[in-house]
Amino acid sequence: MNTFADQLLVLVMLINLVMLGTSRLIFSIRAVAAQGVILGILPGLIHPFSGHLAGITAGIILAKGVIIPYLINDAVRKAHIRREVEPYLGYVTTLLLGAVVTALAFVFAEKLPLAPEHKDLLFVPASIATLLTGFLILTTRRKAISQIIGYLVMENGIFVFGLLLTEAMPVMVEAGALLDLLVGIFVMGIVINHISREFSSVDTSRLRTLKEE
Amino acid sequence: MLIALVLAPLLGAIIAWIIPDNRLRPLVLPVTATVHLMLTASLLGNAPPPSPGGWFWLDPLGKVVLLCISLLFAVCAFYAVGYLAFRQERSNRVLCMGLLVCLSAMGTVTITQHLGLLWVALETTTVSMAPLIYFNHNARSIEATWKYLMICSVGIALALLGLLFLAYSTYVAQRDATLLLGPLMESARDLNPGWLHAAAIFLLVGYGSKMGLAPLHSWKPDAYGEAPGLVGALLAGGLVNCAFLSIMRVYQICLASGGELYFFQNALVAMGLISMAFAAVFMARQADFKRMLAYSSVEHVGILAIGLGLGKGALFGALFHLLNNGLTKGVLFLSSGNIHRSYNSKTTDVVKGVLTRLPWSGGLFMAGFIAITGSPPFSPFISEFTIVSSAFIEGRHLVGGLFLLFLAIIFIGMALTVLPMVMGEPPAEIEPTNYRDRLLTVGPPLFMLGVILLLGVWPPEFLVALLKDGAAMLGVRS
Repeated sequence: MNTFADQLLVLVMLINLVMLGTSRLIFSIRAVAAQGVILGILPGLIHPFSGHLAGITAGIILAKGVIIPYLINDAVRKAHIRREVEPYLGYVTTLLLGAVVTALAFVFAEKLPLAPEHKDLLFVPASIATLLTGFLILTTRRKAISQIIGYLVMENGIFVFGLLLTEAMPVMVEAGALLDLLVGIFVMGIVINHISREFSSVDTSRLRTLKEE
Repeated sequence: MLIALVLAPLLGAIIAWIIPDNRLRPLVLPVTATVHLMLTASLLGNAPPPSPGGWFWLDPLGKVVLLCISLLFAVCAFYAVGYLAFRQERSNRVLCMGLLVCLSAMGTVTITQHLGLLWVALETTTVSMAPLIYFNHNARSIEATWKYLMICSVGIALALLGLLFLAYSTYVAQRDATLLLGPLMESARDLNPGWLHAAAIFLLVGYGSKMGLAPLHSWKPDAYGEAPGLVGALLAGGLVNCAFLSIMRVYQICLASGGELYFFQNALVAMGLISMAFAAVFMARQADFKRMLAYSSVEHVGILAIGLGLGKGALFGALFHLLNNGLTKGVLFLSSGNIHRSYNSKTTDVVKGVLTRLPWSGGLFMAGFIAITGSPPFSPFISEFTIVSSAFIEGRHLVGGLFLLFLAIIFIGMALTVLPMVMGEPPAEIEPTNYRDRLLTVGPPLFMLGVILLLGVWPPEFLVALLKDGAAMLGVRS
């Protein structure tokens, strides 16, 4: 089963790179949703079955795979945008950077003192690589929606690490974290809607009135 | 009892949602706040023992923060009734609900001993405050809201990673993975130092950005500058203290682990000094008085971090300062909200001669300025003095010296903005507004000023005992 989990984690990392290389927002949203669904499947592969586990799987898939993509799609539709234009760093550059951080994540993960049963799994490098990819998207893209996607990718990276601890985390806390994420995205969607009405664009580089003279 | 602290504000939020009338709705705030304050008072008197699973316990640290939040919220709630009477042009439903949900989440932060639940509650405060910063519905406030939401969400996500590292360190140590504070502190000595170190860094960065410690403070001037005064007061006195409580929880674990404490303390002192330095630089010639208050907040979270980082005698000062800073910021933000309303501007080229135009608000703002810069007889003087004197007693002359230097620069910088604003003649051509000082917009901050004066002259015994208990939890043997 563990090799299957590793294959899925490789898929997660490939999705990272895909997201760095595309300018189409709808495609990015689908990719991040796919990542969320994979995150939902993973805990079932490495932990023995229990009611708690089933609940988590359902919760993650529902929140990350269905509701959040729906909310972002909704924001995209209302703001009438399809593409990320002119990111601060070009697609090829960020893609290369993405590859570099993924490689670095592997090097870094080697050095961490992991529990023996997690030594051979890809959870830690996948988590770090996804986290850093999220950061890259967050910092190099202009559109508010791309930044939300970056934030989500980052969250996904953190969740990948959390999957190692699924059994230790109380349901209440996991549910709370997911709910917070959902509400957060919901509020961000509303804010985007207001940004696009106020500025006739969701380009965050226009958000620069507030600074020190 | 404890759970009522969480549920009462939520009930209030639901009632606020149901009430259709824009004039009646704000009344829910003072009613809920009074109930909350009474609950707090009774809980401070006799706190229930830790709950069976160990999830909930109102310990002395939680009590200090709860006291500050409850008092500040009550004052803001009464003020809100007066303030919103001037803002009938837009619906205050979201504002009232957001404030109450945030109060509930802040209460949860203070009573929980489970770091995961604490994280969830802290994230809830972040999200529930976002719509409130956007209350004015203009381009500037949406920009501030976006920055606040993105930076705080990312910061707090990093804190989640830190928590997971912490849980994993127990797993590597072959113990049951847990995020309950008690068991974590018991097993802290056996935790894997590498993971613990990584956890401490991520938690400090995450909660530090929520608290607004430099260099993670960039959202703060924007959010504080654009939010209505009472929201600013709750951000600076409520959310900041919740984030500080979270950092103190991490500190408790580092303390129990022994080895990690040295690093964590030094990181806190360094970030604290950087915060004060940033504030000193940006406070000078600051033309926007609400942004100036935001930098003052950056300064004071820096002072809190330094107090915690120095440890020993400074801990009492840090805990006392938590209370003093929260309440004094309340005075400043509420009176600045009045001034903003009256002049319809928050830049000092328009706002002049406040004492002539609004004698009460101007006087309060002036007194708040004197208090926050650490002048006697107000209580921030005592807490700052405790911190700085203990720095010198411990032989940390450089830290103490820089602390005093930054305080002096900040005093001058702030005075250069505040004095011309409050004194002098109001400009001849000025937009007339319907705002006048009323009992409900002046009384609450005046009451708070009385409290910090009282705390400065004669701190009540129960409070001193409470602060000492809190300091003992952070490592001072008394």
